[in-house]
Amino acid sequence: MSTHTSGTPAGPTTEDPTARAMTAGALPRRLGWWYVAEHTWRAMRAYAWTIVMEGIGQPLVYLLGIGLGLAAFIDVSVADGANGPVTYLEFVAPALLASSAIGITMGEFTYVVMSGFKWRRLYWGMNASPVQPQQIVGGIVFAVVVRMLLTTIAYYVLIVAFGAVVDPWTGALMPLVGTLGGLAFGLPLLAYAASITEDKGQFAMVQRFVFTPLFLFSGTFYPLDTMPVWLQWIGWLSPLWHATEIGRSLSYGSPPGAWPVGVHLAILLVMAVTGWVLARRMFVKRLRG
Amino acid sequence: MTPVIAARGLTKTFGDLTAVDGIDFEVPAGESFGLLGPNGAGKSTTMRMIGAVSSRSAGDLRVLGLDPDAHGPEIRSQLGVVPQEDNLDPELKVRENLIVYGRYFGIPRATCASRADELLTFAQLEDKARNKVDDLSGGMKRRLTIARALINEPRILMLDEPTTGLDPQARHVLWDRLFRLKERGTTLVLTTHYMDEAEQLCDRLVVVDHGRIMAEGSPSALIRQYASREVAELRFGSDRNAEAAARLEGMAERIEVLPDRVLLYTDDGEALLERVTDLGLHPTTSLVRRSSLEDVFLRLTGRSLIE
Repeated sequence: MSTHTSGTPAGPTTEDPTARAMTAGALPRRLGWWYVAEHTWRAMRAYAWTIVMEGIGQPLVYLLGIGLGLAAFIDVSVADGANGPVTYLEFVAPALLASSAIGITMGEFTYVVMSGFKWRRLYWGMNASPVQPQQIVGGIVFAVVVRMLLTTIAYYVLIVAFGAVVDPWTGALMPLVGTLGGLAFGLPLLAYAASITEDKGQFAMVQRFVFTPLFLFSGTFYPLDTMPVWLQWIGWLSPLWHATEIGRSLSYGSPPGAWPVGVHLAILLVMAVTGWVLARRMFVKRLRG
Repeated sequence: MTPVIAARGLTKTFGDLTAVDGIDFEVPAGESFGLLGPNGAGKSTTMRMIGAVSSRSAGDLRVLGLDPDAHGPEIRSQLGVVPQEDNLDPELKVRENLIVYGRYFGIPRATCASRADELLTFAQLEDKARNKVDDLSGGMKRRLTIARALINEPRILMLDEPTTGLDPQARHVLWDRLFRLKERGTTLVLTTHYMDEAEQLCDRLVVVDHGRIMAEGSPSALIRQYASREVAELRFGSDRNAEAAARLEGMAERIEVLPDRVLLYTDDGEALLERVTDLGLHPTTSLVRRSSLEDVFLRLTGRSLIE
């Protein structure tokens, strides 16, 4: 084979190319996920207004509507906590907070992912850089976790201002629980979104037949055991119900139902970890075929 | 000097399909190397393996002396990749696209910013720095993609069908930019199914078909080896081409009958045309041209490159 070299190679010429590669690859190997998160936040700026409206506007609408309307109508205590009777607004607030985190994933872990693989193909661009597929999915999840935390913290401040938290000290853990609920719902959804190659309206179906029923049948507006047993299973499978029950325990000072907090927590963790493992596997499979 | 890319028996299978079937090649530093072949020949799959985003099924591959299976991030840190389909971020401005991409290589933000400005000048896009990507024409988007691929000062620039879908003028602007990179000594690896592109940009190329290398050499050497100096293209009308070709038997080094025309390979096309007329044959149109890689491909595979 003929080996002829014409001109000078680009970049520093004295350096051995293999050594240069080994040095240059070290930083992305560690921080690739962070660069992906940076990019994701920068892209979120394009719809920053929607994020703020969803983060503050939506809770305000719910709290005003329920607090001034429904809660005034249901003028009896709906539960008993360690700190005494619980008002309807105090009952609903943890559920609303958790559902706001889950709602974020309905956008970030669906169409955004589909777009990254198929429409705008951004993930393929990242994939050609030193960043690994596992870091791509890691960075996306990290960026969304931060968005969920900021949203639920804003939500928490609002519900405290509306007097909807019995114990604001332990209740302050609600944003963490809400975010965990968001991951328990969102990471399996992310894995599913990463597996879709053809948009046939799957996400609209998830919205209609998964998200909306979960919102209504997860003991959000009334205790789950109010419903007939044959409908309660929806709640048992629902990350929203588990996150809400933990949130209520934190607010009231004691668990509102028969299930211990540890069980709710374990179920959320199992869902989130399973989703995470599947999502990683799907990103690797898709980008490294 | 060790080659920047060395492939031996490189193979990629997808289930029953063998996309790349045991190919051998080496690319020395500074060379402009082309993979020429029709769609589905295995060019893009080969590029993905070199780009350390697709692992090989068999054989050996070294890029910058490293094994892509073990050192993907390290290899990719030294590559610039221009994909077949643009994947710029339309949510970001033109200049931001470069900066964000530079960060993926662990390059400090300030360095990314100064390199972005230089590259926008190189890509003749300095006026568009604050525009949205969607405002750019197809040719400008390609140039931006090339600028983005250079943000890490790559050792090897890989281009997959760089000018497919561009109008002739935009292609020439792009070729000019790539030629400058080549002059600066950047190693180029490109796939194309355009003959003129391969002739313009490649020092050396391999002709690929069905995942195999059919021939290898510089464009001019391949033409010398597999075609005559000139070609006479004669058209007698679709149903009369075969009949006419039968009468032309023995008049040229080689005769190729295509559905729409007859190709006669010879060293002197004009002289041949005269002999054809002397024979009493009157083609509806005739054209004498220099042989090209298209003819090489036809000879090697019996098929036209763009069908």
